[in-house]
Amino acid sequence: MTPVARIAKTTAFKLSAVYLLVFSAFALIFVFSISYTASEVLNGQLADSVEEEILNLADPWNDGGVYALIAAIQERSSRPGAALYLLVDPMGRLLAGNVTRVSGDLLADAVRGPITTVYFDTAENQREAVIRAVRLGGGYTLLVGRDIAESERFGSVIRTALILAGALLIALAMGSWFFVSRRVLKRIDAVSDATRRIMAGDLSGRLEVLGTDDEFDRLAASLNAMLERIEHLLSGLRSVSDNIAHDLKTPLTRMRNRIETALGAAPDSDAQRAVLQDTIDEADQLIRTFNALLMISRIEAGAPQEARELVDLAVVAADVGELYGPAAEEAGATLTVSAEGPLNVRGNRELLGQALANLIDNALKYAGGAGREPRIAVTAARDGGDVVVTVTDNGPGIPERDRERVFGRFVRLEESRSTPGTGLGLSLVAAVVTLHGGTVTLGDAAPGLAVAIRLPAAVDTP
Amino acid sequence: MRILLVEDDRETAAYLVRALREAGHVPEHTADGASGAEMALGGGYDVLVVDRMLPGRDGLSIIEELRATGDHTPALILSALGQVDDRVKGLRAGGDDYLAKPYALSELLARIEVLARRRRQGDGDVVYRVGDLELDRLSHAVARAGQAIPLQPREFRLLEYLMKNAGKVVTRTMLLENVWDYHFDPQTNVIDVHISRLRAKIDKGFEEPLLQTVRGAGYMIRDPRR
Repeated sequence: MTPVARIAKTTAFKLSAVYLLVFSAFALIFVFSISYTASEVLNGQLADSVEEEILNLADPWNDGGVYALIAAIQERSSRPGAALYLLVDPMGRLLAGNVTRVSGDLLADAVRGPITTVYFDTAENQREAVIRAVRLGGGYTLLVGRDIAESERFGSVIRTALILAGALLIALAMGSWFFVSRRVLKRIDAVSDATRRIMAGDLSGRLEVLGTDDEFDRLAASLNAMLERIEHLLSGLRSVSDNIAHDLKTPLTRMRNRIETALGAAPDSDAQRAVLQDTIDEADQLIRTFNALLMISRIEAGAPQEARELVDLAVVAADVGELYGPAAEEAGATLTVSAEGPLNVRGNRELLGQALANLIDNALKYAGGAGREPRIAVTAARDGGDVVVTVTDNGPGIPERDRERVFGRFVRLEESRSTPGTGLGLSLVAAVVTLHGGTVTLGDAAPGLAVAIRLPAAVDTP
Repeated sequence: MRILLVEDDRETAAYLVRALREAGHVPEHTADGASGAEMALGGGYDVLVVDRMLPGRDGLSIIEELRATGDHTPALILSALGQVDDRVKGLRAGGDDYLAKPYALSELLARIEVLARRRRQGDGDVVYRVGDLELDRLSHAVARAGQAIPLQPREFRLLEYLMKNAGKVVTRTMLLENVWDYHFDPQTNVIDVHISRLRAKIDKGFEEPLLQTVRGAGYMIRDPRR
């Protein structure tokens, strides 16, 4: 591509060309309309002054007849910058004035009204003028005219000035516009270069934010936020695949070994049946894990507005508490639910119920220990514009440094490796809460863990 | 029971057909939506099992088409889309139950049985009887061998659901769905504990236990003498 063609392809050039065209058209219209109006006004003024001169000459004619008029004409013709004068007798002879020749037809026309652009012979030269003639008594005709060369000159000066100014304006506008759009488009180019670099694999790259707080800074900031999220999701995905490899391979290997043992056992024996039953349990656990994984990714991919029904968290807390009550009792734990309804939020009742179930489930696993009676408290209450649901246990709690980490998929703290579970419970809680525009925090219940879910209360709470 | 299976994955379909046959059903299978719709409209099935993601067609449309003709053959939707919204969408389109892949075969079989029962009997009975156990759905009275058994409201609903499906296996997720109206997978033994409490109330002190655990599947209430 030639350099010219390349420049012609840039948006800066195209925009400038359009700008130039539009601007020139306007400038042309402007110049013509101004110069036209100006010459109209000037010609009108000339016609007026001709009429006035005729009125002036009426006085000597009325006072002293044709001789007084001739004297007045001769006196006025000799003034500097004089108008054109001509007095013709009934026979068509020129009696006085500074016009040397005029045709009878023109004279007759001039009687009917002012005429412009007529060429006259005077003693010195030929001139273009506005003329007006009147018939006087006794067959005399008086003609008065004004040279329009002056107004023509004025008009052309205006036109030239306007055209010059217009050309200058266009040139300046072109220049500055080209400069401005080049600058703007250079920043767009910078953005697209940066995104290309990032797409090429350098996900940690970010766009430059100049701190000018203009549209480009905002664009760069939003793109950076988007990249941040993509990077986060990707790294999540990476650690998930690593963990999947580990957490799913182990049960699969166990299953395989069991089946192998079953093959070796006596056919149709109790031992074989037991192994097969264990295998089914293991497979169910795997299915459970897969379902939880799928669920989490579906929820995480979901838009917050997907969950929109009115849900009373007090009812959900009571329901789930009731569901877990017997299981807690069986485990020798005390489960209390205190929730004064209605505590409405906008969301998905089933997902919120499942999140709460996961928390109670976790609490059940860890509550108690070190001689303490296992105790789990579920509370739900309004806090300003939010509804806060907390699940508190009196177990060992989670050390502060691990609190962020446990929301990750398959993350299980060393001390919990031995307890059954998918390692996905808290990830699901976090996903559900995020979907609902809320936050989940882990706190110290000294001793124990306090998990607090904070969700924006529904505005139209009755 | 005649069961129409519309499932495009050959291996899954073959496996399901065999399992359904072993369970005493008469399954018919088709892999594509168009012939699936045709066969379903032809009628004569007790239960339809329809996969949502069929080549070129959403399985839901088959059910919608069928319902538009006034046919109410129970339909179970199978889907890899497991989110709650998808389930709601499936049920709105006229499906009677929804099962997300991957699922356990025992879960699928139990749900098919329950769906077919719903078609044959309806919900008309006021009093459910299993052996000498009686449950009155209007007065909420439960008695065994003429002896009144007081139940908590939730225990009553649990027993009601089990008795409504007497002789059929109901899974833990089915119980959570129908008794608590939550649709997730109970990770721990929560349901089992509710069941054992119920069992303590209705079976304790009686010679014949009615409420049985079906290993690897769920629970069943049944008169052992029949």
